[in-house]
Amino acid sequence: MSTGTIDATAREALASACADVHDPQEGDAVDGVRPGLVARPADTDQVAEVMRAAAAHRLSVVPRGRGTKMTWGTAPRNADVLLDLGALDQVLDHAAGDLIVAAQAGARLADVQTVVGRGGQRLALDETVPGTSIGGLLAANTSGPRRVATGTARDLLIGITVVRADGVVARAGGRVVKNVAGYDLGKLMIGSHGTLAVVTDATFRLHPVPASHQWVTVDVDDPARAHELAQSVVHSQTVPAAVEVGWAEGRGTVSVLLEGRDEGVAARTESIRGLLGAGATADADAPAGGATYPWDLAARGDDRVTALKLTFVLSGLADVLAAAHGSGVTLRGSAGAGVAYAAVPPGTPVEEVRAVVDRLRGACARHGGSTVVVDAPAAVKDAVDVWGPVPALGLMRRVKDQFDPDHRLAPGRFVGGI
Amino acid sequence: MSSTSGAATDANAGIAAVARRAAELLPAAGVITDRTELRTYECDGLAHYRVTPALVVIPEDAAQLAAIVRTCAEHRVPYVARGSGTGLSGGALPHAEGVLIVTSRMRTIREVRREDQRAVVEPGVINLDVTRAATPHGYYYAPDPSSQQICSIGGNVAENSGGAHCLKYGFTTNHVVGAEFVTADGDTVPLGGAAPDSPGYDLLGAVVGSEGTLGIVTSTTVRLVRLPEEVRTILVGFESTDQAGAATSAIIAAGIVPAAIEMMDALAIEAAEAAVHCNYPRGAGAVLVIELDGAATEVEQEYTEVERLCEVNGAFEQRLATDPADRALIWKGRKSAFAAVGRISPDYIVQDGVIPRTALPQVLKAIADLSSSSGVRVANVFHAGDGNLHPLVLFDDAVEGAGEAAEEVSGAILDLCIEHGGSITGEHGVGMDKAKYMPRMYTEEDLDTMQLVRCAFDPQSISNPGKVFPTPRLCGEVPGRHKGAHPLQESGVAEVF
Repeated sequence: MSTGTIDATAREALASACADVHDPQEGDAVDGVRPGLVARPADTDQVAEVMRAAAAHRLSVVPRGRGTKMTWGTAPRNADVLLDLGALDQVLDHAAGDLIVAAQAGARLADVQTVVGRGGQRLALDETVPGTSIGGLLAANTSGPRRVATGTARDLLIGITVVRADGVVARAGGRVVKNVAGYDLGKLMIGSHGTLAVVTDATFRLHPVPASHQWVTVDVDDPARAHELAQSVVHSQTVPAAVEVGWAEGRGTVSVLLEGRDEGVAARTESIRGLLGAGATADADAPAGGATYPWDLAARGDDRVTALKLTFVLSGLADVLAAAHGSGVTLRGSAGAGVAYAAVPPGTPVEEVRAVVDRLRGACARHGGSTVVVDAPAAVKDAVDVWGPVPALGLMRRVKDQFDPDHRLAPGRFVGGI
Repeated sequence: MSSTSGAATDANAGIAAVARRAAELLPAAGVITDRTELRTYECDGLAHYRVTPALVVIPEDAAQLAAIVRTCAEHRVPYVARGSGTGLSGGALPHAEGVLIVTSRMRTIREVRREDQRAVVEPGVINLDVTRAATPHGYYYAPDPSSQQICSIGGNVAENSGGAHCLKYGFTTNHVVGAEFVTADGDTVPLGGAAPDSPGYDLLGAVVGSEGTLGIVTSTTVRLVRLPEEVRTILVGFESTDQAGAATSAIIAAGIVPAAIEMMDALAIEAAEAAVHCNYPRGAGAVLVIELDGAATEVEQEYTEVERLCEVNGAFEQRLATDPADRALIWKGRKSAFAAVGRISPDYIVQDGVIPRTALPQVLKAIADLSSSSGVRVANVFHAGDGNLHPLVLFDDAVEGAGEAAEEVSGAILDLCIEHGGSITGEHGVGMDKAKYMPRMYTEEDLDTMQLVRCAFDPQSISNPGKVFPTPRLCGEVPGRHKGAHPLQESGVAEVF
């Protein structure tokens, strides 16, 4: 699929807004949609210039960080301009004494971790997609096992700079963790898939890197048992950093991550071994395949799995695991947070994928949660409801209409065709 | 009043319509129109702003509340939600031509779900009661504003309340996962849910801390946190705030995140002693209250380290409380500090500002300079771990000009916070009190962008209008706007102090 060509005047306006404007290459497609042009601004001012030029010429804009999740969500209806934020790659400020870091949207999470790591600190967000940028992480709201202890982006983001669809630059929050002045715009941006505004930099609170850590893992072969173990861990006073479950073909593992001081971790490891039973093993390394999605992130096109995100209250774990049985479904995620990821193998007939999604969606809904198709081959996305029911969608549309009244920002990438 | 008589008639007709609807829905005691009774609601915890509402309604359930809001929307009648009325920024200050919707009779804890680590509570529920309901299950509700014995969850959600323990555990926004929400149209929609990461925009994240300007939450699903295995509270005496600040920095730099680190200076200690006889270390220029919690072995290890770091940084006395009674006494001095200042000064302003923690020594010095050059005494109480200052600016209103001088010092402290990259409020909110300071912290574009959210949720600008933003944004598509979004200022009522 290709977007109509950009006319000469618009192209000229974009070129004067930003030095680096070029024709798209093969890898620039957004979930199969080839953009008209790629603009690669050097800073927030240039992003604003590009957005003003795009507004003046009524061009749609799809932001991109490092391009690691371009097939996630739904495909855009069109993409006149691919806004490549890869040149905004700076870690702006690490104030170690204040436990904060500010970075540009195109900076890689890994680079941020390197900088703050020198001060014995970390941004407590797991890198679930290697190479991901700060902007991409915020837009897709990715999270990993450690969310049990330190939460997700919404719990760590304290300040943000965005460029609106009309080119206005706005900031919210700031450089201090505690701040209730004005609306928390950062929260709205998180998980918005680039449909409200373009994030150009973000400030986060940091945590100290723990001196010691240990994973304790046990095999389980029954959903009820997995649930029982997960419950015993979350209700214990061992302060787990992660409580993971892996599941495939009716069996799996429960793993617990402990982080902290040496003696404390050693003591708590023993407590957890006691809870998980005789077969439990402790290791500094994450369990095989642990702490990542249960799918191959490098796969492209129809070789991709149908990747699902499931959410549920903690008491729903056994039900969700039972519903994941069959059709070659593999599941992995946080039994401690009530978030799991499931993969339906590539090549599964679309009808069968739909049945799996319906089954899981039903189970999650019974337990207060949802099932969203994170990524899938085009044929699957066409055939299944990617987002499922979205409460308060009307209010979400009103927010979209205020921020982007012409619906030019990543149109169609998000819930309800937003 | 600057309103035209025609507009006043409209306003009266609107209020009359809401009063009629409320009378159909509620028992007589839930609809207050008597002028004298109305006046008992004229202020919240910030008592120098007073406005008598045109009508007070006290619904008993979410359906009644939604029906009242719907009627307000139909007649463009402004409304203000109020929980316990303990807010310190005038966020629940009534609207002279509006309805005050009081949630104090919506006080049911609907569910405590240990298995899910969740509770579902109504907005009028008192903060501490959530913890009381959860404790038998081994859980508690973490956000603990100093007013937790009396403040409501609805108010906490509106203000994104913090508390002494948010250094480690976060604020209300980190603990509210779902809500039943009544929009400014009177529709009821679910936001978020008991499970994490609802699909779509995080509208709940925008609503928490929006100070009632986006709508009203009629039930809240909150996270419950497991009670820690071990809690240690340490009271540490230092000769100066500089030493106490250095100890705080050293603790953070050692990779320890205590549940709380609170600081009080000599004047605040003097006040607390006078009020509650908390028996803090004699002659201290500053005290720290440090609380460590978590797994027992970990806490033991951290405690040894904290004790050492305090000593290295000049602590002359350290007292450890391990049992609840000792702990309560240490916290009593800290939590009563605001009110205690009444013992040493007839009047005072409780300020709330935030600085990056590392700027503490400079900012404290600047506050001391301000104090000595103006002759206005300032007692300092603060959440040292996260740089949230609560300077208490003392004055005697009976002395001519003293109030103005105190107000000036108080404002200058906020300027210091902004200058150092901080915030004009860490937990008390902007409300009516600080709307005028918002342009010092944010650009016109920033404020305009925030108000896009307001326009999406409340295009008629009837939900707590006149708060947070100094200048309302025109929402565009709404024809015939409500006359004067700032009737309080227009009528001079907002400048009464």
